[in-house]
Amino acid sequence: MSVDVLLIEDEPSIAEAVRFILTRDGWGCEQWPEGTGALERIRALAPRMLILDLMLPGRSGAEILADLRADPALAALPVLLLSARGTANLPPGADRVLPKPFANADLRAVVRELLEQA
Amino acid sequence: MTPESLVAASVAYVALMFLLAHAADRAAAAGRWRWMDRPVIYTLSLSVYCSAWTFYGAVGYASRSGLEFLTIYLGPGIVFSGAWWGLRRLVRVARMHRVTSIADLISSRFGKSAGLAALVTLIGVMAATPYIALQLQSVSMALSAFATPEHALPRNVSVWVALGLAAFAILFGTRNLAVDERHHGVVIAIAVEAVVKLAAFVAVGVFVIWGIADGPADVLARIDRMSVSAGGEGWPINPERWFTLILLSGAAVMVLPRMFHVLVVEASDEDRLRQAGWAFPAYLALMSFLVLPIAVVGADILPKGANPDLYVLDLPLSQGREALATLVFLGGFSSAMSMVVVSAIALSTMMANHWLVPLWLRLRQAALAGPARAPEDLGTLMLNARRLAILAIIGAGWLYHRMSGGTSALAAMGTVAFSGMAQVLPALVAGLLWRGATRRGAIAGVVGGTLIWTLLVFLPSLGLLAQPAMPAGIDPFAGAVLLALAVNLLLLVLISLMDFPEPAERLQSLSFVHAVAPDAAPGDGAPAVQPEALLTLAGRLWGNDHALETFRRAAESQGKGGYLPDLTPRFLADFERLLAGTVGAATAAALMTRVGGRGGVTVSDLMEVAGEASRAREDNRRLENTSAELARTAAMLRESNEKLTALSAQKDAFLGQISHELRTPMTSIRAFSEFLMEPDLPTEERARFAGIIHDEAGRMTRLLDDLLDLSVLEAGKARLKPGVFNLHDLIERALASAGAAASGRDFAIRRNIAAEHLPVITDQDRLLQVLINVITNARKYCSAEAPQIRIDCRRSPDGGTEIDIADNGPGISAGNQALIFEKFARLNDPARAGGAGLGLAICKEIMEFLGGSIAYLPGQGGACFRISLPPRPARRAENDENAAR
Repeated sequence: MSVDVLLIEDEPSIAEAVRFILTRDGWGCEQWPEGTGALERIRALAPRMLILDLMLPGRSGAEILADLRADPALAALPVLLLSARGTANLPPGADRVLPKPFANADLRAVVRELLEQA
Repeated sequence: MTPESLVAASVAYVALMFLLAHAADRAAAAGRWRWMDRPVIYTLSLSVYCSAWTFYGAVGYASRSGLEFLTIYLGPGIVFSGAWWGLRRLVRVARMHRVTSIADLISSRFGKSAGLAALVTLIGVMAATPYIALQLQSVSMALSAFATPEHALPRNVSVWVALGLAAFAILFGTRNLAVDERHHGVVIAIAVEAVVKLAAFVAVGVFVIWGIADGPADVLARIDRMSVSAGGEGWPINPERWFTLILLSGAAVMVLPRMFHVLVVEASDEDRLRQAGWAFPAYLALMSFLVLPIAVVGADILPKGANPDLYVLDLPLSQGREALATLVFLGGFSSAMSMVVVSAIALSTMMANHWLVPLWLRLRQAALAGPARAPEDLGTLMLNARRLAILAIIGAGWLYHRMSGGTSALAAMGTVAFSGMAQVLPALVAGLLWRGATRRGAIAGVVGGTLIWTLLVFLPSLGLLAQPAMPAGIDPFAGAVLLALAVNLLLLVLISLMDFPEPAERLQSLSFVHAVAPDAAPGDGAPAVQPEALLTLAGRLWGNDHALETFRRAAESQGKGGYLPDLTPRFLADFERLLAGTVGAATAAALMTRVGGRGGVTVSDLMEVAGEASRAREDNRRLENTSAELARTAAMLRESNEKLTALSAQKDAFLGQISHELRTPMTSIRAFSEFLMEPDLPTEERARFAGIIHDEAGRMTRLLDDLLDLSVLEAGKARLKPGVFNLHDLIERALASAGAAASGRDFAIRRNIAAEHLPVITDQDRLLQVLINVITNARKYCSAEAPQIRIDCRRSPDGGTEIDIADNGPGISAGNQALIFEKFARLNDPARAGGAGLGLAICKEIMEFLGGSIAYLPGQGGACFRISLPPRPARRAENDENAAR
């Protein structure tokens, strides 16, 4: 089964909610719970898009995003950034940003849009 | 006793006085003057009033004029006992202005008039000349009483007496330029001489009453007989003569240069007059009491034609009492010596200060274009001027003695001197009591009075003019003196009323009449010969701090403490240079000219200069102050801004953390509650999602609780509820709580129960909070196969309590050990169990609140925390301090 979405999120309950939403919509979804090793996981799974939490143990979402955009192979990967710190001072490079807490419908719409682009 | 041996005795006596004065001077120089500085010394030194005239002449006076001799004692007695407050005032004002002589005082009062000072000095010299002649004559006469055909008097004996006295005066009067013009050695010598002359006179009196006559009753009978024989109706009392003589002698005790010197200049303070007020009249009473007995007995038993002025000496000699006669001679010699020496010192100071130095300054001013002299020139010049003046004064006295033929009665010469010096009295009294008295008025009065005195009293006494013709019934002497004084007073009052005083006079009159220090006078700072005045002026020009420092250093370089250096030529030269730097050379020179006692620039000019310079300096300093203040304010603002920026960054970070910690559970709650709203959600999912929502809501509540707790602790608003508890019970409760909160794994708990039974004084809820937090953390993060928690308790050496809680997990890496007590210190630990990262921060705040601490102990195998409690909770103050931070 191909991986449509890779979710990098350290909060177990949030990860469960996102997976629940995406799985019900028929998307294949994998989760990675920390910043460390996230990049390797992306390369290994080659998802169609990425949902990236900003605050992660190990490496932050901003660092991962910067590495991603610097890698020619991954530079075009659509990224949805989840931010628990509002929408100010966000790192550049994300295709979409959703501030936490988000509406389930918004998440579904953004994911569909990004996956259709991809 | 031959005249030669008497001369030898005199020389020995003078040598003794030398030694005494020298020892006193040395003691004073070594700072041991204090014990000699007693009221009794002061009182005895006043006896310089009793010169040889009093010693020998009073008996002669009584023999010739009966009781009139008493006026010479009554005047000073009345002044001292009746007007001691006036004398106190005089001494206070004089010391306040640091006057060096009567001339200095008069000129100081009247606008520091150099002319007036010179004039008063002239009167002093003129009046002293017959007086000194009188002393020389009395000593010569006394010596001649011892002469016999076999032992003739040495020729020119009076020359040698004069030279010896001059030598003594020069040696002790002009050793150095003391700023206060006090001569401790001379004062001690005078005091001793006062005792010698009193002892000698009393000895003669006692000898006469009991040794020659048959006791007091016999003496009284002789007095009665003599008074009857003298005029039939007792001794005549001429009222105008009595009034005049009492007035003159009362004035003399204040205005005679030597009396002013011992009374005012040598007085260390005005309190000296408290004792002198009764003791000096008592001394005079003792001296006067025996005059009449000696006079009547002398007239009775000595051959007709014997000089009554020598009865004191002739009586013991006629009875073959050579030892007593020698004592009497020494008493008379003492009287003459102290009078001549003190007069010479006082007059030489006046002559040098008011004649010679102003003259020199005038010449120097003329030769200003020439090369500058060394600053020390003035000091040497002053001393040499004084030495010359002493020789001149005593020489003039000797000349008067020779010119008057040595025949005048002693008393007549004394009254000439008194009446001359009394011309200063109106100016002195008016100067102290009447602010309206002006310089021109004083000069007019003194000049007018002195002219009349010269014409009617002084020149006739020398035989150069005929005695003035007075209206019938009026005593020529009394009439002349009263006329001179009346004209003097009249001119003073009239001219003063028509005159308007200069600024310097007004300042001085205020200071003199109200006896206030010149510094206190508003607008003072007039140039003056007092260091205080220079300091005040310097203060206006340079600012008080700078002026004080300059003067203090100058005083220090002179070996003095305080802020008032002696006005040495060097200091004045330096001072002028410094002034020139402030007000320009011309003004500084003018100012120093003024200090030198000469006019040229008015005080108001100088005040204006000082005022302008001081205003400019004040403005400049204000600007400097303002700019310095601005710079300080700017620095403070910068600092505050940096602090605020740092605080703001901290606040942003903190708010970001809180936002994250709140949004995370809210995200879950929102997402799962939206699922719950879906109607077709399976029941088991519904229950699980509701459970997640419940847990996340609990997590938010805990976070908010922690935040509130932390803010209360950090603000120092937490209330301490101390009590005494058994530590074992607290640990039991903490273990139960933590076990319930984090159940699931079995932990081995290793404790030493016996050691836990320690009483602790603390807030049990707060300590429990810490224990539960640490144990819960251990349970959460210990990932060992066989997890265990070890708890050790012990008393610390300071009487406090230590609790170590350790697990056998991986522990905390060295890099993170410093961070764990920070707020939201999220360790890179994926296994953390939902804490917001505030737990240990709160523990740290609580332990500080309890007066203890919590620390991570590295190297214990696993994570180990040491909780330290003090013997009793810390005081509230520390929390207040935290609150202030």
